[in-house]
Order: sequence, then C-alpha cells, then structure tokens
Amino acid sequence: MRALTISTVLLALAVPGCQRENREPGADSAAIITVDGSSTVFPIAEAVAEEFGKRYGVRVTIGVSGSGGGFKKFCKQETVITNASRPIKPSEVELCAKNGVEYIELPVAYDGIAVVVHKQASWVDRMTVDELKKLWAPEAQGKITRWNQIRTDWPNSEIHLFGPGVDSGTYDYFTKAVVGREHASRGDFTSSEDDNVLVQGIATDSGALGFFGLAYYTENRDKLKVVPIDGGNGPVTPSLETVADGTYQPLSRPLFVYVNKQAAERKEIQAYIAYFLNQGRPLVREVGYIPLPDRAYRLAQERFDRRIAGSVFGGKGSKVGVTVEELLSKQ
Amino acid sequence: MTARRTRSHMYEKAFIGLALAAVVLPLLLLAVLIADVIVDSSGRLGFDFLTGYPSRKPEQAGILPGLAGSIYLILLTAAMALPVGVGAALYLEEYGKKGRLSNLIEVNISNLAGVPSIIYGLLGLEMFVRTIGLGRSLLAGAGTMALLILPIIIISSREALRTVPLSVREGAYALGATRWQVTRKVVLPMAFPGILTGSILAVSRAIGEAAPLIVVGALAYIAFLPDSVNSPFTVLPIQIFNWVSRPQEEFLKNAAAGSVVLLATLLILNSIAIVLRNRLQKRRTW
Repeated sequence: MRALTISTVLLALAVPGCQRENREPGADSAAIITVDGSSTVFPIAEAVAEEFGKRYGVRVTIGVSGSGGGFKKFCKQETVITNASRPIKPSEVELCAKNGVEYIELPVAYDGIAVVVHKQASWVDRMTVDELKKLWAPEAQGKITRWNQIRTDWPNSEIHLFGPGVDSGTYDYFTKAVVGREHASRGDFTSSEDDNVLVQGIATDSGALGFFGLAYYTENRDKLKVVPIDGGNGPVTPSLETVADGTYQPLSRPLFVYVNKQAAERKEIQAYIAYFLNQGRPLVREVGYIPLPDRAYRLAQERFDRRIAGSVFGGKGSKVGVTVEELLSKQ
Repeated sequence: MTARRTRSHMYEKAFIGLALAAVVLPLLLLAVLIADVIVDSSGRLGFDFLTGYPSRKPEQAGILPGLAGSIYLILLTAAMALPVGVGAALYLEEYGKKGRLSNLIEVNISNLAGVPSIIYGLLGLEMFVRTIGLGRSLLAGAGTMALLILPIIIISSREALRTVPLSVREGAYALGATRWQVTRKVVLPMAFPGILTGSILAVSRAIGEAAPLIVVGALAYIAFLPDSVNSPFTVLPIQIFNWVSRPQEEFLKNAAAGSVVLLATLLILNSIAIVLRNRLQKRRTW
C-alpha cells in the first residue's frame, strides 16, 4: 500500500510541471538548440555539438529521425535545425510553407556512396553507371538475377542485392544518380536501416552486391571489395580524395544542414553555425566524411549571414554531378 | 502392478528431466549472452564510462545521459501506470458489474497487451507531444511507456485479485466490514505480492524499449542530464542502438558495455522491487 501512496504523490508532484512549454523558436526555451534529421549526417553533427558545447556551454540535442522525419519535425517548428543527406523535397517545401517556416540551406560536407561486392568476387573490376542502372532499375525486378546478364563474360551465378532502407537519403540519392528517378528501383533486394547489417550481409555472401555510405566501406576494407565506378570518364575508385575533387561521379553527394530562418536570429544558433562552417573541417574528416573546399564554407557562411532562404535545388530534390561551389556561386 | 508402477516412475523421471532442461537451457543461453557482451565490452566498462557523456571518440564516450534518462523514465512511468493500472483492475474485479460490457473491456485490454510497441509510440506522439503539447520531454516519454505497460499491469493485477479466496471476503463481510474495508484491508494486501510481480515484469519490459521512444522524440545525442520532467532525454537502448549502427568497430565495444549497464540496471531495479515485495509479504498479520 505504501508504494501506491508514494507513486501517487510522485505523480501529483510531476503534473504541475507540465504547464511550462515552449516550442516557439526565438523565445528563451533555456537556450537549447534542437537538432534532428539524417542518421548519415549525425556523426558530424555530434562531433560539432560536442566541441561547440564544451567551448560555449550551449546545450545541443540531436535526434535521428532520418532526413524525411527530420524535415517533418522541422517544418512543424519542433526543431530549429535539421540535418539532411539530400536537399529538401517538393512535399516538404509545401509543408514548411504551410506552417510559415522559412529555412536557410547550408551544405556542410561531402559523402561518397560506395558500391561494394564480396571480397572474392574477382570478376568485378569496375562498373559503368549504365550497368548499375540495368541492375537496379524497377524493370530489372525478377529478370536481372545473374551476373552474366550484366556483362557476358561474368559468371553464370546468382547476384544478390543489398541496399539501405527506402526511407534513407542514401537510397534516394543512389536511385536519382543511377536510375534517373528519385525513389525508383527494383524492390527485390535485401534492405536494412542499419548499414552494419549490409556490411555483414555482403561480407558473407559470395554473390552479393550492395551500396552504402563510404565510411562503412573505409572501416571494413578488409572484409569488402569496392567497385570503381565509370561515370563516363573512366573508372574511379571512391576515396576521400576522389570525392573531394569531384572526380568520383555520379555517386558523390553533398550533406546539408537546414536552419529555421526565424531562429537564425538567436545568438547561440549563429554561434553554432559559425562554429560548424569555420571549425568543422577537421571534425568532418575525423568522423569519416569529406570536408567541402574552404571557398564553399565561406560561401555557405555568407548565405547564412545574408539570411538567404530557400534551396539552391529549387525544392526539386538532388542534382547529380554538380559541386557545392558551383551551386552556391549562383546565389 | 509393479510393471505399471515402474513405467509411471519412468515417465516421471523423464518429465523431471525435461523440466530441468527447460530451466537450464534459458539460463545457459542467458549466461552465454552475458559472457559475450562482457567480453565484447573488453575494458570499456568503468567509472568513466558510467559518468561520461557521448562523444565522437569511442574511447571517451560515456553513457550517463542514457542511464539517468532510463532511471527517471522508469520511475515516472511506474508512478503513472501503477496507480491507474491497479485502480482499473480493482474496479473491474471488485466493483464493476459482470456482463457483456465487462467482457468487451476484458477482450480489449488483452488485445492492447499484444499491440506492437511502435503503435504506442505513434499514439504518444500525437497525444502527449502534439495535442497536450508536452513536447519531446521525459513526461511525454513516460506517458507513452505508461500506456504501453498499462494493459499488462491491469491483466496481472486482475489475476492476482482473483486468487484471493471468496471465503476470506465473505468472512470479512460477515464481520460487518463494508466493501471498501474489505477491499482495502483484506483483498488488496493479500493480492499485493501478485500485483507487484506483474508490475515488475511490465516495468522491465519498458526499460528495454527503444522504438516507441524514438517516435516520441528521445534523442541520440544529449550532453546534459534531465533537470525537470520537461527536459529532453535519451535512454539506454537508444544510445546502444546508436553505437551499434556506427561504422567504426570501436563503437561496438561501447554498445556491448552499454548492454551490460542496461542488464545491471534491470537487475538492480528488479531486486529492489522484489525485496520490497518480500518485506510487504512478511508484514501480513494473519
């Protein structure tokens, strides 16, 4: 009985506290910077939040709802910053507009998407984008199932496909770059939200081919074989260098941070963004991603300072094969 | 005659053997699992790990926000779910009329106990986070968890109340006790150990949940502890999940160490509840 009484008292104590509630960005809200979004961008955001928090004593919280889930919260003003591994989509532009949320789009790093096969798949020396398209296009479902259907001198054995979940920005970008349409691919592949599951799957299946973020390949070099991709100018192996200099195409993509324009007037958010864009380089590299060129960070800071709202992609999703510098210079 | 006896003796032995295997096998599996996570955590577990904040450097990362978040969340959840759950069970068993409506309620509660936890997450998001406007707070998380475990508490509490023999109640009534007195002084104290056992199981389930809390808005990175029920928070399973999905193998050690912390927390909380239950049982005066 006593336990019951105690818990009732606890509940009574807890309830009056819930009146204080503040979801409006810009107001005090105890100076917490609320961030959510892409799991791909998370390690970068975590590194920046860690160092920034230590130096300025500002509280930063980061959730991982994925790029899409992040935009939903961002456009409902539940967060002030959202991480995204792809540009904002038309449906999200609409949602933000409906709620009167204006956003400033800032590129913060590059990521490569690695295409990998089993360690012993000796026949795969390179692949062209057309070959990848033939393999991953929606029409290939149930039809392209053997290696020699892609290239005749490849073995007559089954090919098993692995890829990230269809809600991830990585999947969106890969389909846009390879198939030509965002979110369009065959459905008969093993998908997992957890990239380590894909690594395990490909490492233990001799007929496997899959794709995921470059960092998961670099950390598992000994278990996997990476496929050099020919985007028209000869095969290129993904690496920090080839992604940074723009030669690994079309599977290099920029990563973004979106800031609520109204919240951009808050001092601590200005400090966070300035820290991200000016001190972020070594942190981006440390967690396995590729920093943008200095000029791109300067252009991004300028974009933030001038509070230029909207997306350089026009709210239409990814553009393949353009560098962040080219995009930002157009502003 | 003797042949039959020997045969039934054999059956009995075989049955005891099977029952023993049924006890040993899960315990063995549990031991292997625990040994495995302890080996995997290889030295990561220590004071610094328990009192540290998350970090991009695996060897510096700690689990304090997750640990504190889990404990606060569980206490809040229990504080909400226990009174309501036991109250509902008491009403259904002792006061409510038995009939078609009560059957319908019973079926529904049993159904709710089987609903996947992520559905409760979606319900919590709409109800606590958005409609009531609690935001992504501890209180919203605890509310969601309370809903999740409420059906289990109600069902197990009803079972416990049913074990109190009718003769005891009738004896109390015969002495002139009112229904409230019978419930308060006779039925509840007798059923209490059973109610607590069910509640311990229910609360244990809540400690391991991650999915509904991710939906409600528990965080992946937070470098401070909750200072009120309105604070943002994270919990152990989410922190572990976060580490498991990182590309760097070093983070897997953190995940294993985090799992050890989660198991230990569960064990400690359960032990406290069991000690509490045993003491209550001893205090019974008849």
